Amino acid sequence: MTLQMILDRVNRIGKNSMKQVTEPNHLQLNEQGQLKHFLTLDGLDKALLTEILDTADSFIEVGARSIKKVPLLRGKTVVNLFFEASTRTRSTFELAAKRLSADVLNLNISTSATSKGESLSDTLQNLEAMASDMFVVRHSQSGAPHFIAESVTPNVSIINAGDGRHAHPTQAMLDMLTIRQHKGRFEGLTVAIVGDILHSRVARSQIRALKTLGVSEVRVIAPNTLLPVDIESLGATVFSTMKEGLENVDVIIMLRLQRERMEGALLPSEHEFYELYGLTTEKLKYAKSDAIVMHPGPINRGVEIESAVADGSQSVILNQVTNGIAVRMAVMSMAMSGHVAGRDKLGEL
Amino acid sequence: MNIEIKSGRIIDPANGVDEIQSLYIADGKVVGLGGVPEGYKADNIIDASGCVVTPGFIDLCTYLREPGYEYKGTVASETYAAVKGGFTAVCCPPETLPVNDTEAVTNLILDLAERAGFAKVYPIGALTKGLKGQQLSELYSLRQAGCVAVGNGDHSVASLSVMKRCFEYAKTHGVSVFVRPEEASLAVDGCVHEGAVGTRLGLNGIPALAETVAVSQLILLAEETGVHLHLSHLTTAKSVQLVAEAKRSGLRITADVAIQHLILTDETVSGFDSRFHCRPPLRTHADRIALIKGLNDGVIDAVCSQHQPHEAAAKQAPFAESDPGISSVEVVLPLLLGLVRDSELSLATLVKALSVGAAGVLEVAGGSLAVGDVADVCVFDPDEAWRVTAESMLSAGKNTPWGEHEVQGLVKYTLVDGRIAYA
Amino acid sequence: MTELIDVEGLLETMCHDLSGHLASRQIDDPCIVGIRTGGVWLADVIHKKLDIAEPCGELDISFYRDDFTRIGLNPKVKPSVLPFETEGRHLVLVDDVLMSGRTVRAAMNELFDYGRPASITLVTLIELDGRELPIQADIVGQKISLSGNQQIKLKGPGKLVLEITDK
Repeated sequence: MTLQMILDRVNRIGKNSMKQVTEPNHLQLNEQGQLKHFLTLDGLDKALLTEILDTADSFIEVGARSIKKVPLLRGKTVVNLFFEASTRTRSTFELAAKRLSADVLNLNISTSATSKGESLSDTLQNLEAMASDMFVVRHSQSGAPHFIAESVTPNVSIINAGDGRHAHPTQAMLDMLTIRQHKGRFEGLTVAIVGDILHSRVARSQIRALKTLGVSEVRVIAPNTLLPVDIESLGATVFSTMKEGLENVDVIIMLRLQRERMEGALLPSEHEFYELYGLTTEKLKYAKSDAIVMHPGPINRGVEIESAVADGSQSVILNQVTNGIAVRMAVMSMAMSGHVAGRDKLGEL
Repeated sequence: MNIEIKSGRIIDPANGVDEIQSLYIADGKVVGLGGVPEGYKADNIIDASGCVVTPGFIDLCTYLREPGYEYKGTVASETYAAVKGGFTAVCCPPETLPVNDTEAVTNLILDLAERAGFAKVYPIGALTKGLKGQQLSELYSLRQAGCVAVGNGDHSVASLSVMKRCFEYAKTHGVSVFVRPEEASLAVDGCVHEGAVGTRLGLNGIPALAETVAVSQLILLAEETGVHLHLSHLTTAKSVQLVAEAKRSGLRITADVAIQHLILTDETVSGFDSRFHCRPPLRTHADRIALIKGLNDGVIDAVCSQHQPHEAAAKQAPFAESDPGISSVEVVLPLLLGLVRDSELSLATLVKALSVGAAGVLEVAGGSLAVGDVADVCVFDPDEAWRVTAESMLSAGKNTPWGEHEVQGLVKYTLVDGRIAYA
Repeated sequence: MTELIDVEGLLETMCHDLSGHLASRQIDDPCIVGIRTGGVWLADVIHKKLDIAEPCGELDISFYRDDFTRIGLNPKVKPSVLPFETEGRHLVLVDDVLMSGRTVRAAMNELFDYGRPASITLVTLIELDGRELPIQADIVGQKISLSGNQQIKLKGPGKLVLEITDK
């Protein structure tokens, strides 16, 4: 993006101050508008998000076969670069890559390499020498995958597995797949996201996905201390109580509350949080009777959700796990596709 | 050397001059305006037709990086970049290594500046020892050695009571105190303006409140102690309002704005572009408009570059880990001329903000081209377009968002003490 | 320029030939699988005419194509549907046009990932020149030679029509 484009936008924003701005796409999309990196849902249109969901459907079918592999990424090397520890997300990506017949390398860089003084740039340049095709990156800094895609390894397709507080786009897409499976469509739905929105990259990606896919309303329910400034500018309506917030809601997404939030005057205690915002059987009744309950996991029983609800009939939490592999297979194959191929007319073989 | 600057449009707001006429220099001073002084013979004639001639610009904040951070820049490279930008004098903040909290470091910097022979350097000494915010530096000695003011740079002071004592001591010796207003506990960990853009990008924000709360407190302390307080790099509309009120009640409070806050907003951070990582952060469009208005109304006394050259690696990291700062001293003039072209600023205000305004803050000579004044002069072509490239930049720091960009407004000559320092 | 070929007529003959072919191999309970999209329409017709008990299968070969690095992934991929166990079964694979043979190779690779069939019989409506792999159909509706700037396409669903047009 040139400075002139930025300055034009700055001037335009001033004149239309309520206009919502999305992120420039020069980085994630190739010239044909296809994914070549998967960094954020900002700037991706409904057609592309729908293509991800549809492609994921095909991979769910693959997962139901006895041989759960397709040869799409055969001969390609996928490296899991996890600067933040994570077992679940990493193993899902690993499984997804293997089911695409790729060779997988797991690198848990954590912070020890960088604490030895090696810069992120240097660490990655050494890895690039190993001739990888794709990096799946999880990092504690917002924007780290952007930085990697833009300046360090332009020949490698980058998939964001979660960066700081910014985005967790594959998680949001698998959540969207779950919603589509249970509700059949996005139009007309009211979705509520409950909990620590401030620190949640998942919530930001979910809000973006829901708005792009065209739900009626996205709500966030949290105390003011857990809400980011100007969350309304992302298209969400703010509620402070479960009673008001859950009224008429079709989908409830509960976010995990981390223990650290009890410090720094954000919340007094887990007890009070559960009292006000924990999803119990009683509070679930505020929503529609066929509302579904989701949670990106891992669940803190008795903190954000009652066990009976987590295991109950309205909970679709386990489906979310299955969908994770399919969505990641879809995203990885689409990004690899946009990365390597010029997109001519898909001819006959 | 006798230098005649011929037929330029002389804009000298300090003396109410805006006239096409010639300027005559001898022995480092202005000796005539308009008609040739009697007996004057020019050794060198600069043809300034089509150009604007103004007092040399004075920058209230240029990081020269030496001593200690020579990998980012040196006194020689950065004062050279400064004269290219039309600046005949620059103030360097105390954040050197070692910190400029002793005569020795001040003398070193002045020595280096003299040897380089480009822009004059007015060091700003450290308010507290080591900039640790706990104990006073030898403010009197620093002033005697040549510091024009003292400040605590980007570092916070331990408490309001320590700040109050610093103000009292500075007032005793007539030393001005430069403070960049930021309440540390509200700014903690932040790297962008706390607002919609920061929320969308998941970056920790520095709320406007961090600045306004500090501005309020500092104004009250200044009122109480009588010190001359200079607020560096205002970024919010509310700060402008607070400073306006303080001035109306007769307090000796001055303020500057850094060039980027007049031109850019937090929208530019989209895409995590570390070229726009600044401290204090870029804020909203409404703030930008209020800052320009504050400049026009005279609430803000000067525009500075807040020039911060960096080595390439400093910007090659995820946004929050990159070093804040823009290498800006070479483009301040064309950027402000852009505002003049968009009718947001008058040319006279531009010249005032870069010269006599800054001189007034520092209480030094400068910013004036009357007969007898020191011949610090800038000659520029307001319309000539040029391209900002890494190769053409004189600064050691190539960290500019304006790289590969065309700008309009080029300095043709800079004269320091009546000698050509840049052409 | 458009030329029409009698698809109905061809299908009659093909089904007749297919029945004979299967009988001579003592295959009495084949499963029909069509390759998307043209092959699926044809498979449906064959399935009805031969009165097969088991439902038809549909194969999407997008994940098995050999040109991923050249042209990338099909944005309109849909799940394959094979509503029967393939292990040990005799399959009848149906496609509309056989040219290079690569589609059939991809289809066979995919079928084998479901299980090991006892046999595969290949049925194609149209056979063109231009084979690039050693693949041949067991039942062919019609052999056609096209000139360099012509292409052929099966249109459906409903009334199936073959169209030869200029590229």
